[in-house]
Amino acid sequence: MTTLTESPPPLAPEAPEPKPPKRRGRWTPYWLLLPGILWLLVFFALPMIYQASTSVQTGSLEEGYKVTWHFATYWDALSAYWPQFVRSVLYAGTATLLCLLLGYPLAYLIAFRAGRWRNLIMILVIAPFFTSFLIRTLAWKTILADGGPVVGALDTLHVLDVTSWLGLTAGDRVLATPLAVICGLTYNFLPFMILPLYTSLERIDGRLHEAAGDLYARPWTTFRKVTFPLSMPGVVSGTLLTFIPAAGDYVNADLLGSTDTRMVGNTIQTQFLRVLDYPTAAALSFILMAAILLMVTLYIRRSGTEDLV
Amino acid sequence: MTNKTDPSGDVRLTGIAKTYGAFTAVHPLDLTVPQGSFFALLGASGCGKTTTLRMIAGLEEPTRGTVHLGDQDVTALPPYKRPVNTVFQSYALFPHLNIFENVAFGLRRRGLKSVKKQVEEMLDLVQLGEQARKKPHQLSGGQQQRVAVARALINHPKVLLLDEPLGALDLKLRRQMQLELKRIQTEVGITFVHVTHDQEEAMTMADTVAVMNAGRVEQLGSPADLYENPRTTFVANFLGTSNFIEAEVDSKNGDEVVLKAGGGKLVLPASRCSAPAGTGGRVLVGVRPEKISLTHADDAGEIPVGRNRITGKIADSSFIGVSTQYVVDSPVCSDFEVYAQNIDRDPRLVPGAEVVLHWNPAHTFGLDAAQDADAGVEEAA
Repeated sequence: MTTLTESPPPLAPEAPEPKPPKRRGRWTPYWLLLPGILWLLVFFALPMIYQASTSVQTGSLEEGYKVTWHFATYWDALSAYWPQFVRSVLYAGTATLLCLLLGYPLAYLIAFRAGRWRNLIMILVIAPFFTSFLIRTLAWKTILADGGPVVGALDTLHVLDVTSWLGLTAGDRVLATPLAVICGLTYNFLPFMILPLYTSLERIDGRLHEAAGDLYARPWTTFRKVTFPLSMPGVVSGTLLTFIPAAGDYVNADLLGSTDTRMVGNTIQTQFLRVLDYPTAAALSFILMAAILLMVTLYIRRSGTEDLV
Repeated sequence: MTNKTDPSGDVRLTGIAKTYGAFTAVHPLDLTVPQGSFFALLGASGCGKTTTLRMIAGLEEPTRGTVHLGDQDVTALPPYKRPVNTVFQSYALFPHLNIFENVAFGLRRRGLKSVKKQVEEMLDLVQLGEQARKKPHQLSGGQQQRVAVARALINHPKVLLLDEPLGALDLKLRRQMQLELKRIQTEVGITFVHVTHDQEEAMTMADTVAVMNAGRVEQLGSPADLYENPRTTFVANFLGTSNFIEAEVDSKNGDEVVLKAGGGKLVLPASRCSAPAGTGGRVLVGVRPEKISLTHADDAGEIPVGRNRITGKIADSSFIGVSTQYVVDSPVCSDFEVYAQNIDRDPRLVPGAEVVLHWNPAHTFGLDAAQDADAGVEEAA
């Protein structure tokens, strides 16, 4: 979206006759911007306005909905569905953290240690994208099936005892538990974490590591004081690219979870497509958007990435 | 060379070598850099000088041989345990830390808590006290270079390693920084090992220069010694310009070797001849362009006796202010270069004029004729 709205390079109408080219040149940037503006208008602004107006309508499916500026819908939606909001943030947050813990070592490996294997590993990271999101998630249903090898192994290793105690699993089941949803989210959004991490790690000058070593920093200190701070732009964009879609996701909770693991995405989907309560669904969408916007703003402020080169 | 009694800052390389697969970057090398000296490793790119430096720093593991700092064998130590610091080519300053934190980095890693006073003093030494809160990218190249020096020096290393530290600076700033580094070295008395491809830089700053070529040290000595008495054609050509005449040994007369070249006789002090000087042996006779005097052929009788002389014809001359550079075509050497100071210019010395070139035999040097007379010419250019 942003690539289209970037202003084009200024024209240099240094023609021998100064007046006519100047008048033509003045409008050229706007003409060049037009496709981008139209795109934004049709695919972003109009749906948003439509949603916003839907969220303050009242009525019923039979009589039709009318705009009555009924803002109470927001409050009603929030008080009815706050557990789903909390769950969304918790699941998406845990999945993002897991993605970071799994993705950082891999991105580091690709950037600094992979050598001639670099491209192959990169392809392997992107490979899951060649299959549909839905099919990949369904595959996890089989992997985590009751009595399957994965659940059996986790049970034998007493991992399930720990996760049960944490409230992530119930009994000897993994499927239809929060753990399954979090695993699905982590798996599906991992590449979105690895790619920006890799990009920012790869940009780090290897001589900085040598310089840190030369200045008495042990390898772990070099990582803490040099590599990690310099990879912060990747950490921030990776966590955002993971957290934002994960918080709004409903496929993982739908396929791998149960009624107790419903996230706000599931609620919005149900309100729109099953209950056909459009105002509540629209209000929920806006609340989710506002909440994410708020969290992201606070996060970026805190991480202070604008200070990095 | 200030050879102090405390040998803890000596750098001693013993049989050190580095190979990458089939390629040998550094051939087995023995080198001792005495405490407190300013030592330069000079050579063209790819000659192994940087690899040698990196082996001292611990950033490269030698294939064979040992590195000693003073009495301590540091060959197996990782860089963070060696009492040496490096000023990297292009500086490698930490972009996310300000100048103060960059300079304090080494002290903090060694667990020092109060670094403020030391860092401020060091920044004052390199005249960057005002810039402490800036980020590296906000400084000019010369300032970044001084931060890199400060960041290394503040740790009081036993040896400071400099890897082409002035390569990224423009000529004027480079001259200024050469003097600055020399001043700092004299002030702190730490051993400096400096890698450069710039022969003028090496000669200006170092008190000992090792000229490296293809992974070997060609010659080691003081700048004047290397310039006046090169032992190989590579050194002769890499440090300045040299003229070579192929000659045959005629006789050996006490301290002097008499040679035959194109019908004439040339004299060379035996001590300045690195080639075997048996009768009939072939020697490359070298002489620097500024040692030669030019006399018009008509005045040949006025040349004092006892000087080496060669006849020729001026092929080209270019006036460059302080001196005039002539190219002389002679039967023994096709383009003989002569630099003449512009004191009293003889108007007859124009292209086409018949001339006699003559010089003091003491300025002649003799090299083994088996080598390529043009070795090192390309690299020096």
